[in-house]
Amino acid sequence: MGKPKLGVFKFASCDGCQLSLLDAEDQLLAVAEAVDIVHFPEASSRLESGPYDIALIEGSITTPHDVERIQQIRGDSKFLMTIGACATAGGIQALRNGADTSEFMQAVYATPEYIQVLDQSTPIAEHVKVDFELRGCPINQYQLIEVIQSLLAGRTPRTPKHSVCLDCKRRGTVCVTVAQGIACLGPVTQSGCDAICPSYHRGCYGCYGPAAQPNLVSLSTQTLKTGVSPAEAAHRLQNFNVSAPAFHKESQRLTDQAREQN
Amino acid sequence: MGNRTIKVETLTRVEGEGGLYIRLNGEAVDEVRLEIYEPPRLFEALLRGRPLEDVPDITARICGICPVAYQMSSVHALEAALEVTVSPEIRRLRRLLYCGEWIESHGLHMHLLHAPDFLGFDSGLEMAKQFPDEVNRGLRLKKHGNQLVDMLGGRAIHPINVCVGGFYRLPTRKEVHKLIPDFEWGLNAAIETTRWVAGFDFPDFESPDCEYISLSHPDEYPMNAGVMKTSRGDTIDVANYEAEFEEQQVPHSTALHAIRKSTGRPYLLGPLARINLNRDKLSPSAQKLADEIKLEPLCCNPHKGIIARGLEIIHAYEEALMILRDQTLKGKSRASYEYQAGEGLSATEAPRGTLFHRYIVDKDGKIVEASIVPPTSQNQAQIETDLKQWISHVISNDERETARKCENLVRAYDPCISCSTHFLNVKIERT
Repeated sequence: MGKPKLGVFKFASCDGCQLSLLDAEDQLLAVAEAVDIVHFPEASSRLESGPYDIALIEGSITTPHDVERIQQIRGDSKFLMTIGACATAGGIQALRNGADTSEFMQAVYATPEYIQVLDQSTPIAEHVKVDFELRGCPINQYQLIEVIQSLLAGRTPRTPKHSVCLDCKRRGTVCVTVAQGIACLGPVTQSGCDAICPSYHRGCYGCYGPAAQPNLVSLSTQTLKTGVSPAEAAHRLQNFNVSAPAFHKESQRLTDQAREQN
Repeated sequence: MGNRTIKVETLTRVEGEGGLYIRLNGEAVDEVRLEIYEPPRLFEALLRGRPLEDVPDITARICGICPVAYQMSSVHALEAALEVTVSPEIRRLRRLLYCGEWIESHGLHMHLLHAPDFLGFDSGLEMAKQFPDEVNRGLRLKKHGNQLVDMLGGRAIHPINVCVGGFYRLPTRKEVHKLIPDFEWGLNAAIETTRWVAGFDFPDFESPDCEYISLSHPDEYPMNAGVMKTSRGDTIDVANYEAEFEEQQVPHSTALHAIRKSTGRPYLLGPLARINLNRDKLSPSAQKLADEIKLEPLCCNPHKGIIARGLEIIHAYEEALMILRDQTLKGKSRASYEYQAGEGLSATEAPRGTLFHRYIVDKDGKIVEASIVPPTSQNQAQIETDLKQWISHVISNDERETARKCENLVRAYDPCISCSTHFLNVKIERT
């Protein structure tokens, strides 16, 4: 059997997650040896059509054409894995989902009619079956290499689902909420970034989306006690993972609460 | 020969999604379209109503390759709106962070994206088989850039430590000093890399009548501050950029096209423009190498952008080393501010050129209006202008070869398509 064929595909996104592969400078040439990179437009002019053994998908679905394109890639791929918050949760561009997209288009473009976009920015799993989702905005390059290696070895990838809090404890970072009263999404956010923000004296802002079984209502109650308004607390959940179900539900609840207060 | 089109469906080794469409009438060029089909993400609309503190975190997500540029232009513009002045230490650390991004972004473009065009490879990874030392050296340079952004910004892609007023936390002396040995090695490696690329076989081609524009500063190579200078000899205050430049929407691109209002013509931003206008402000080693390789005082060959990037990497290493060695890290990590209603604008030098941000904020610190003008959308019209001339140099009956050479020229500008939409694949049509 030849080397597994790897394809990297991009939808609406910043390119940061596929850049994570190129940023794995120490392992990059080894990865390029272990797999046959047959489609990776950001890195290579060699563009082969499928079938692909592994497809890495970055970005969210935001245009009618992209709805068709992801179906085609799914049909061509044995194992399809999403990389990053855009592909797994709709990304920052999903902030328009609850809003008036045509008004957004008019705010940015003089002639919005030239451009076809969907009202919603949706994750890949809403359109096709996804075999593995790698979270993060951006993803962690070590997790990406781990998943690729595990696929090559035929084992289950080891990517933790616990919350950022545990990583702070492990790093020895003093809790920014307890010690300094800084609002932090660490208790409800999935691990993966190595708890960077608290180590830089700021609260976690949720790049990796909801951890397993997050207690968001409890965290909001605590956050509101520190003087943060419901509208601000809602904004904190409305960023790169705004459409992840747990974050979406709680940010809606807080938005309603803010409306009642006014 | 009749009419025909040449198409590149997917431009490769560029950041983001786009294509190229060329329509020929015999040997005459009817139309050239750089087609950016990267879906729009509507950042300017998403920012409205949000706390101004969110802006550097959100605008970083416009681009995974140059997030620092988005963070720098946004914090400077917001500080202008809030009338906040940052300390000299914060200012130096911001330059240090920019050095990291230039090394990372230019290192990536030179070694993995652009050099393969000169040496006949499809990718840097394939090139590594025949040029292992050069590619490994390039990867190490790129890694240093990432390590620097990681140390000061907290994370290489989408840094977390940048805020309005400065940084959430200053790095410790230990964190800063740890980088010095690698950067000492890197300065020499960057000089070798730039000598290597300067020896490539460059096509004899010049952009016709191109105006180069970049920030310029009396005391330093431009990064975070200055006025805009142009190769026609004009000086433009950054505050007047909306009066001097105009963005126009064209049907074939999700990125807006920019022209200078006074000339009605396109212009070019980026490393070549910066070197052309600020060569005397380059660091000593970079100036010495520019002279050694006999780089023209006004270099109008876009293919030599790779040399300009090399010189800027040398500069970035040299300046970074100076800051890393001298950093005394005194003072507060950030300037404090009070909310006030106001408007602020700023331009900084992203790896691909001058990046403008303008914000209107209200008395509660919320964003009322945001305007972001990225360098690639400004460069697009000049790229199309140059392509029209370039085609006559490379046209042949072998359409794949013609398309490939057109794509090579586009890559020379290092377009950043995700940024510009708020691009590449070549189609040539002969009618």
